[in-house]
Amino acid sequence: MPFKIIASQCTSCSACEPLCPNVAISEKGGNFVIEAAKCSECVGHFDEPQCAAACPVDNTCVVDRALPRYQAPV
Amino acid sequence: MQSITEHKGCRASAKTGRASCGSQAGRGDLPVEIWERVKNHPCYSEDAHHHYARMHVAVAPACNIQCNYCNRKYDCANESRPGVVSEKLTPEQAVRKVIAVATTIPQMTVLGIAGPGDALANPAKTFKTLALVTEAAPDIKLCLSTNGLALPDYVDTIVRAKVDHVTITINMVDPEIGAKIYPWIFFNHKRYTGIEAARILTNRQLQGLEMLSERGILCKINSVMIPNINDDHLVEVNKAVTSRGAFLHNIMPLISVPEHGTAFGLNGQRGPTAQELKTLQDACEGKINMMRHCRQCRADAVGLLGEDRSAEFTNDQVMKMDVHYDLEMRKAYQKRVENERVSKVAAGQKELAGVSGEMSAITVLVAVATKGSGLINEHFGHAKEFQLYELSTSGAKFVGLRRVEGYCQAGYGEEDRLSVIMRDIRDCHAVFVAKIGGCPKSGLIKAGIEPVDQFAYEYIEKSTIAWFRAYVGKVKRGEIQHVQRGVPPRWPGDRISAA
Repeated sequence: MPFKIIASQCTSCSACEPLCPNVAISEKGGNFVIEAAKCSECVGHFDEPQCAAACPVDNTCVVDRALPRYQAPV
Repeated sequence: MQSITEHKGCRASAKTGRASCGSQAGRGDLPVEIWERVKNHPCYSEDAHHHYARMHVAVAPACNIQCNYCNRKYDCANESRPGVVSEKLTPEQAVRKVIAVATTIPQMTVLGIAGPGDALANPAKTFKTLALVTEAAPDIKLCLSTNGLALPDYVDTIVRAKVDHVTITINMVDPEIGAKIYPWIFFNHKRYTGIEAARILTNRQLQGLEMLSERGILCKINSVMIPNINDDHLVEVNKAVTSRGAFLHNIMPLISVPEHGTAFGLNGQRGPTAQELKTLQDACEGKINMMRHCRQCRADAVGLLGEDRSAEFTNDQVMKMDVHYDLEMRKAYQKRVENERVSKVAAGQKELAGVSGEMSAITVLVAVATKGSGLINEHFGHAKEFQLYELSTSGAKFVGLRRVEGYCQAGYGEEDRLSVIMRDIRDCHAVFVAKIGGCPKSGLIKAGIEPVDQFAYEYIEKSTIAWFRAYVGKVKRGEIQHVQRGVPPRWPGDRISAA
C-alpha cells in the first residue's frame, strides 16, 4: 500500500494516472492521489513503480513510510 | 519578367523534387495537391500566416520525456512559449472552445494539439478531442505535435483520425548529443537515461517520420537550436529528416532564462543570436523548406500567429458564450480572404515587373510593422514585432521576425525603448509603418533607418518593392550611396535575462 503523491509538488500533469496497473490513481481537487489500499508498488507488473518512473518531478511519487510495505501474495 | 514565386527559397529542390511552402510567395511550383493542403495553414505556409489563424487546445498535459529546455510548471499570461498554458481542458471543453473560436474568428482553419505535454503521451484525450471536433466542425484541419517517442505506435490511429499534419520535435540524430538535451525518457514502462535514452528516442522519431511520410501525412520538423550543443549538428538532422520525407524544417532558437526554471535556464545555457540562427537556417535552405515565421507559441494559443487571443477564450468565458457552428458564414468569410490574397499577389507582381528589368546586385533588409492580412497596418509604437523582408530585384522575401518591446506605453513614448528597438533592427535600411510619431521618426533617421509611412494600410510586398525600386533608382543616379548594414542583435531571450 505504500506509494503516495506529494501534493505540493504535483503539477497535475496526469502522466501517472493511465499507467497505474491497479487503477489506484485518480484526480482529486486538481491533484492526483493514490488510493493506498490498491497500490501494489507495481510488484508483479513492472520492474519499477510506474507512477514514480513517469512523474516529471523527482521525489513526488514516493514511498509512504506511515504504511507497511506491500507484500506480494505468495 | 521573373515571377515573384520563383525566387530562391521558393523553388523545388532539384535533388528531392520537393518544393517550398514555408516560403512566402504562395503557390510557387508546389505540386497542386500539396499546395491545396498547406495554403490555409498558418504554420506551414508563410503566406497563409498573414490571413489564417490556428488554435491549440490544451488537452494533453502528460509527457513521456524530459527536455532540458522545458518546464511546464510555471505559467505567466504574458509568456508565449511552448509548454505554457493557463488551464488544461477536457476533450468536451476543448470542442466547445473550438466552436466558440471558429464562430468568433472565421479565419481559424487549423486546430492543433500541442501539449502542454505530448499529444501522443495522452492518446485517449488527444484522439477523443480530434474525433469530437471532426464531428462538430468537419472543415477544420487537424494537426498535432509530438516528441516522436510514442509515434510509431500511433501512426495508424493518426491516419484514421484524419490528421492532416504532424509536427515532430527532433533535436538530434546522435545519441551523444541527445544525452545532453534529454535527461530521461519513459518508454515501455521503464525510465531510461543518458545515451541509451537518446538512442531509443532518435530511433523512434525517425521511424515515426518515415511511417507518416509513407502514408502521405505532411510532416514538419521542429528543432531547437542550442548553441554549443546541437547547433552544428542540426545540419545533420536536416539531412536525416529530409531524406525521410519531412516537408518543412523549423529551426527555433532556444528560449533560456533562469525565471522559466528550465535546466538550461538555470545552468546558464544561452540561446542563439539572431545572426547565428539565420546562418544556420540559410545553411539548411535548399535541401528542404525552412520555416522562418514561427512565434514559438503557447500550447493554448488562439488566433493569428503573433496575435495571441487565448485570454479571450478562457473556459469560463467559453461556457458563457452562445456557441453555434456556422459553416456558411465561415466559408463566405474565407472566400473574401482568398480574394484579398489574390489581389495582394497580383499587386506585388505588377510592382515587381517594374523592378526586375533593372538588374542590380543590391539587397536590402527592411522591417515591417503589421497586424496581419499582409498589410502595413501597425503603428510603430504599438508594434511588438517587426517582420523582416529581404528586397532584391527578384522580389521581397520574408526572412524572419524581430520581437521588440513596444515603444509606446499608455500613450507616451519611452526613449530607452526606442534605442533598444533601433539596436534590434539596425541591420535594416527602412522600417515600414502605418503611423509614427515625430520623436521616434527623427530618432530613426538619425540612426540611418528610414521610417516609411507613405504606404500605410497597403500591401507589404507591393509597397516594399515600390520603395526598393525608388531606392535602387537613387543609388544609380548617385543621390545616395548603398552601404551594407551591421550585425543584427541577439535573440530576445538574451535581452529578457538582462532586463
